[in-house]
Amino acid sequence: MNDDKTLGEHLRERGISRRGFMKFCAVTASMMAMPPSMIPAIAAALENARRPSVIWLSFQECTGCTESLTRSHAPTVESLIFDYISLDYHHTLQAAAGDHAEAAREAAMKENWGKYLLIVDGSIPAKDGGVYSTIAGVTNLQMLQEVAEGAAAIVSVGTCAAFGGLPKANPNPTGAASVSELIKGKPIINVPGCPPIPIAITGVLAQYLTMGALPELDHLGRPMAFYGQNIHDRCYRRPFYERGQFAETFDDEGARKGWCLFKLGCKGPTTYNACATAKWNDGTSFPIEAGHGCIGCSEPNFWDAGGFYNALSVPTGNTAKTILGAAAAAAAAGVVIGAVNKRNKNKAAAAHEPLTVDELNRE
Amino acid sequence: MSAEALLTWARGPAFDWALGIFVLGMLLRLFEVLSLGRSPDLAEGRGSGVQGGIRTILTRSLPRASVFAREPVRIINGYVFHIGFLLVLLFYGPHIELFQSKLGLGWPALPSGVIDGLGVITLLSLLLALVLRLTSPVLRYISTVSDYVAWAVTALPILTGYLAYNHLLLPYTNLLALHLLSIELLLLVAPFTKLTHMFSFVLSRWYQGYQAGHRGIES
Amino acid sequence: MSSLKEIPVAVTYSPDHPLGTGNVIPILNEVRHALQRLASTGDSTAIDLASIPFGPGERDQLLQTLGDGEIQATLHALGETLIRETAYPGAWVVTHMSPQGMELTTHIEVTRTPSLLSTPQRDIEDAAEALAAYLHEQSIQESA
Repeated sequence: MNDDKTLGEHLRERGISRRGFMKFCAVTASMMAMPPSMIPAIAAALENARRPSVIWLSFQECTGCTESLTRSHAPTVESLIFDYISLDYHHTLQAAAGDHAEAAREAAMKENWGKYLLIVDGSIPAKDGGVYSTIAGVTNLQMLQEVAEGAAAIVSVGTCAAFGGLPKANPNPTGAASVSELIKGKPIINVPGCPPIPIAITGVLAQYLTMGALPELDHLGRPMAFYGQNIHDRCYRRPFYERGQFAETFDDEGARKGWCLFKLGCKGPTTYNACATAKWNDGTSFPIEAGHGCIGCSEPNFWDAGGFYNALSVPTGNTAKTILGAAAAAAAAGVVIGAVNKRNKNKAAAAHEPLTVDELNRE
Repeated sequence: MSAEALLTWARGPAFDWALGIFVLGMLLRLFEVLSLGRSPDLAEGRGSGVQGGIRTILTRSLPRASVFAREPVRIINGYVFHIGFLLVLLFYGPHIELFQSKLGLGWPALPSGVIDGLGVITLLSLLLALVLRLTSPVLRYISTVSDYVAWAVTALPILTGYLAYNHLLLPYTNLLALHLLSIELLLLVAPFTKLTHMFSFVLSRWYQGYQAGHRGIES
Repeated sequence: MSSLKEIPVAVTYSPDHPLGTGNVIPILNEVRHALQRLASTGDSTAIDLASIPFGPGERDQLLQTLGDGEIQATLHALGETLIRETAYPGAWVVTHMSPQGMELTTHIEVTRTPSLLSTPQRDIEDAAEALAAYLHEQSIQESA
């Protein structure tokens, strides 16, 4: 549970040296995409900060976001973040289950009312009273509303929580909704991605917990530090795009040479995320580097954005059908119009009166 | 509507409707002309109308020397615009992808940087065309709203394409949406303006060539 | 089930011919400016390599170019941190590793002495007290 030690005291009790603490601050600064010059400020903030309570609610999700976070590179540094926070409720990570777990959650809420951080992953089904996902008999919708009321801030982790994600894709049978569609009047940070890059999650958490304030957010509520640039602008294959060298299929010569994947449906230009710089698996690679175009997984409605393998310049409808339909309609209308024109012309010819010289002179 | 949703709409139903109206409008215009027909020419022809028609379709691609001498700037500018416009439309990689995906056939692309330069040249020639129109008393007098609308809907796709490629002014998602919407505007409006010439020029050249060829005179 | 190695497509690149962003030379220039600044005003600079986009092979090319200098030190705290001076004195590469040996982040520090090599003041005070206590214990034992 929450206790009153500062993080500095807490870490030293665990035998972590001052140099170790500085290392932790340096790595945290890097995770938060803050410049190294900020390390002393971060150290000062962390040294004296208190451990806040965090409640993590998992709704209609695949657990990929938790997996991304916990399988990430540095268990000790990440677990320091988790050590730093008091993670009072998390389905996958906690030992307790059933009524004990729910009781623990309620106790944490009561003790820290107005001050705890709420993290949500997974979308919330809202149709039919929200019956499509329940925990301990309580619908996700209701649980979200209850817990959100006493939260200081909410972090929506993953595209499902941030924008509705996969469950929201056409035809959205469960009425899946994002956190920000359902909760108003609370500060919400969206950390989208399917899943998000691990350091985006921990970086945002670290920033909120050390600085005690929301990071700068874009028009979709995403932290600018990780979502401020689109993939296209940071993509190492950009020179090929500029030169007009595109891979046409997944195993042609262009693909082998690492050319631009625009024609294979890459949504890099319209997707904002840190994949091109931070990359995945400790900076090993990211989808484009592995040869597959970006699918735009940190954007709203990316499942319904016209297909992963249709280039951005290709309209998504059935063009052939449109042209044939319009041509057929034109043929039908044309026949009618032609008949009307012909009739008017014949009528005019029939009604034609020859002009005499007298008539001309009269005017 | 968010930029992302607008882009999805522009790539989807908006394009289908605009294209549909474009096809419908253009075909109807052609129907209007063709369905009226002409009275049969009862005189015996001195030459071949068909040969005259085909020849004229090709030869009218270049101006007569006497015509050119009177308006060299305007005529050259016309070529610069049309050639630039067609090169940008047909030889930019992402555009070729569009044709390839819908028609099943593609062709090699020009370097995208070259297309960027061509786009600038095309825009400048459009600007010059507007200036020439506004500074000539005759042209100004006979120009209608339709002429200026045609100019604007032609200029917007090139301008928005340039802005999108160079990531200027707005986020790329917004720029791409604007580019597609400007193209859809062009498609919607074209059949109702002089832009029908993109198809009807073949008819005009054929007809005049046929008439002249039938009579055995030069056209 | 075939292995990854049997897939007949391979992107070929090496540190000598990296694909990509062309960021190596600009970063080296940044290091050059930082060294000049350090020499004239004594101000230190740190560059976090995690924030810079690199194509495959480019980061290796950068670090290879900087090379190795006279000093290599290892910090053992929360895993290892390797601190080494490059072939350009004043430019240090600091690589933080997790206890599992995975690289967390790498900085290029242009400075006289990387901050982690300096001993924190409080540690020195604690050390003096601890050594005094030890010696006190020893003298008590000897006299006993």
